[in-house]
Amino acid sequence: MNAQDMTGLKTHALPRHLRRLEAESIEIMREVVAEFKKPVMLYSIGKDSSVMLHLAVKAFYPAKLPFPLMHVDTTWKFREMITFRDETARRVGSDLIVHVNKEGIARGINPIDSGSTLHTQVMKTEALKQALDLYGFDAAFGGARRDEEKSRAKERIFSFRSAGHAWDPRNQRPELWNLFNTRIRQGETMRVFAMSNWTELDIWEYIMFERIPVVALYFAKPRPVVHRNGALIMMDDERLPLQPNEAPEMRTIRFRTLGCYPLSGAIESEATTIEDIVAEMRLAKVSERQGRLIDTDEVASMEKKKREGYF
Amino acid sequence: MDTDAVCHLGEAVRKDQLRFITCGSVDDGKSTLIGRLLHDSKMIYEDQLQALARDSAKHGTTGEDIDLALLVDGLEAEREQGITIDVAYRFFSTPRRSFMVADTPGHEQYTRNMATGASNAQFAIILIDARKGVLVQTRRHSFICSLLGIRHVLVAVNKIDLVDYRKEVFDSIVRDYVAFASALGFKSIVPLPISARYGDNITYRSGNTDWYHGQSLLDYLETIDIQSETTDLPFRFPVQWVNRPNLDFRGYSGTIASGGIAVGDEIVVAASGRSSRVKRIVTYDGDLAVAEAGDAVTITLEDEIDVSRGDVLASPTQRPEIADQFAAHLIWMDEEPMVPGRSYAFRIGTQTIASGRVTCIKYKIDVNKRERLTATTLGLNEIGRCNVATVVPASFDPYHVNRRTGSFIVIDRYTNRTVGAGMIDFPLRRATNTIWQPLSIGKRERSALKHQKPCIIWFTGLSGAGKSTIANIIDQKLYAMSHHTMLLDGDNLRHGLNCDLGFTEADRVENIRRAGEVAKLMLESGLIVICSFISPYKADRDMVRKLVGKHEFVEVFVDTPIDECVRRDPKGLYSQATSGKITNFTGIDAPYEAPSEPEVQLKTLGLQPEQLADTVLNCLQARGIIALT
Repeated sequence: MNAQDMTGLKTHALPRHLRRLEAESIEIMREVVAEFKKPVMLYSIGKDSSVMLHLAVKAFYPAKLPFPLMHVDTTWKFREMITFRDETARRVGSDLIVHVNKEGIARGINPIDSGSTLHTQVMKTEALKQALDLYGFDAAFGGARRDEEKSRAKERIFSFRSAGHAWDPRNQRPELWNLFNTRIRQGETMRVFAMSNWTELDIWEYIMFERIPVVALYFAKPRPVVHRNGALIMMDDERLPLQPNEAPEMRTIRFRTLGCYPLSGAIESEATTIEDIVAEMRLAKVSERQGRLIDTDEVASMEKKKREGYF
Repeated sequence: MDTDAVCHLGEAVRKDQLRFITCGSVDDGKSTLIGRLLHDSKMIYEDQLQALARDSAKHGTTGEDIDLALLVDGLEAEREQGITIDVAYRFFSTPRRSFMVADTPGHEQYTRNMATGASNAQFAIILIDARKGVLVQTRRHSFICSLLGIRHVLVAVNKIDLVDYRKEVFDSIVRDYVAFASALGFKSIVPLPISARYGDNITYRSGNTDWYHGQSLLDYLETIDIQSETTDLPFRFPVQWVNRPNLDFRGYSGTIASGGIAVGDEIVVAASGRSSRVKRIVTYDGDLAVAEAGDAVTITLEDEIDVSRGDVLASPTQRPEIADQFAAHLIWMDEEPMVPGRSYAFRIGTQTIASGRVTCIKYKIDVNKRERLTATTLGLNEIGRCNVATVVPASFDPYHVNRRTGSFIVIDRYTNRTVGAGMIDFPLRRATNTIWQPLSIGKRERSALKHQKPCIIWFTGLSGAGKSTIANIIDQKLYAMSHHTMLLDGDNLRHGLNCDLGFTEADRVENIRRAGEVAKLMLESGLIVICSFISPYKADRDMVRKLVGKHEFVEVFVDTPIDECVRRDPKGLYSQATSGKITNFTGIDAPYEAPSEPEVQLKTLGLQPEQLADTVLNCLQARGIIALT
């Protein structure tokens, strides 16, 4: 029995706005487990996924997680991410499904030669649809937030997808109060964004207060990078071919957002603790998506990807 | 951790969150205002500003300037059209508070989105264009905010720069607003002159409006004290999920909707009335001694009682309502209209009710004028006051008392679309506490004593059509035939039972409802009840028809053309109505819905009242109500 049980009292260490967000996310997660037959949590290893997983553990305590984690692996993630993923699944004691689009690999799709648009389409969007169909999941948790991008701001918490996983922005259900319409027919699915109302700063503050483990790539360290198209790209393995004028150099960098390493831009930073990151966040001048090369491909690119079934 | 970080933490611990909605008409500048708040609270990053500059050149409406509205107008289609077509949620924060803003469209057809945004808002900013003043849409938005339970509004008179920052303009708009909003039940109305485009009175008080001495908008947002009223209400805990990891643990997971709970407190399961005590309040961070509204917890009980998802654990001294019928305001959100009698699924708290229906639409509300209109269906974006019946009883509180436990959504059972949203007003008592008292002597015995088959003969038609004249003749003839009758006349009832009612649609509905109930009582006492009422609305006549048995209602349509009624004008009412001395007069400025399938249709032109009365008597004979003569 811990001290809290003995005194019968517990002081809330969390600020009120974070407590409220936490409770809201927990409520949404419980709703999914109560209403759907076969939910899954899409775990993408980043900070948002770390928070989402932490919230899920809280939501169902003392029971174990009542759904598996699934990682759609493009095979181009940072090596540290993969190590962290496997450690996390072990720590939490949850089942982990890793899905790779084997056809995509066979076709030789990769972010360098195929370009980010095609790579994302095949290795993330298509791969996700394959995996959802393969396992017959009827609801999938995602860690997307409304503050990330304009088209996300109108996304529902329970985002309805027709059979075939299409998202129609004009055919989304109104969401009033905390009353979610979870009814679907055979073949239809729901994407559930339990952290819709969190902001990037909320995420980091919550990680700080709750001491949630995150991938070390978020903390500054000297790492080998090249300058490419205005971004700092880390040389995570030998697969990144150097262009003639490029020379890798050691810079003290960290990442605000993590994805496929050739598509993730680093920032120069001295932030080595979560407190440093929160302090840096408050002074940040560019958005986190700036580091994501996939968003700037075309106008309203996120909206387009979502219509096609991207998370 | 250094001292700065500690200070920062201290600050963060006190920080809370405010959720609000912005509403206004098209072009009142909602998106610009939100863009301005994001911009001035430093929530816009450099790359977003660059993108904004690019977009402004392409889609902007502000010429050379950056168009802040483009920060928030999200989807491709609407950016091209320059309008907001759905609810968007925006976030910004200051050291004192974090804010979540629901940006909802001003378009007339989007009541649905506005209600959606308002449902989770603690307060509202109502935008008014200083050049245009209070518009029909302003009234609509204010009414919807009020209906959805918002009690604090900030009236932002925007584009004050375009009226040269004149105090008179501001004062006059505020006067107009307060005049109509006083009936909406707001606890506070705070007026503020602003220019979203130029930032006047947004972050700081503007020198351009030196006559304004109140707070800036951001100051107000940071300091407005919106007490969380939910903690003061009785304990309500809708059970979401039963947590049963092993045989030794059975917990009920959910979020406390209102009130608080402590270990040892007694609770009841609202629907079953079973009671127990709270054994533990379990969370991942350790057991709690107490928990309050908004906390997501898992509760275990001392006793093994039957509790499942959908149950509401409640304070035993202040229990929620349990009823299978209730009155509610319903907002319809689907292209397919709501039809009373049709079966829909309902979601109330964590309860899913597989089937329920609207039994009647008492009236629908013209949100612009706040008038009550009769209705047989509710179309997209219409709001009606309805009676709802569910196949199983639901646990709830009135919405005006508890937003969390008094709200519901309506789901189409076939398409699974969310088609409606409702706010419960009160339970219909006949469903719960009032138990029907069985009487030993019934209609059959009472009518047998009178040697007759009771029925209601319902005369409907325009004023002056001849209803009362014919009804009176029939009454005399039946009396002569030794039948026990009673004649209910619309005008006569208005002198007594219905003297409090006027001639608006809603009053007419109530007039007929009362007359119908009285006629039903008389029917049950074994009488032949002759009723003479204009009863212009089909729905009301059908309502009376449904009160009684299938063969007990005889509708007689006294079909006299309006021109003939006007010519006869026995009470001189038509001349008063046409000259405007009387309003809401049926056939002149109020509608008459002719029956489509009356039992008897009397085309009166060229016939004498005696002949017409005989036609009715023949019908009664044919139906076996009176004996053949």
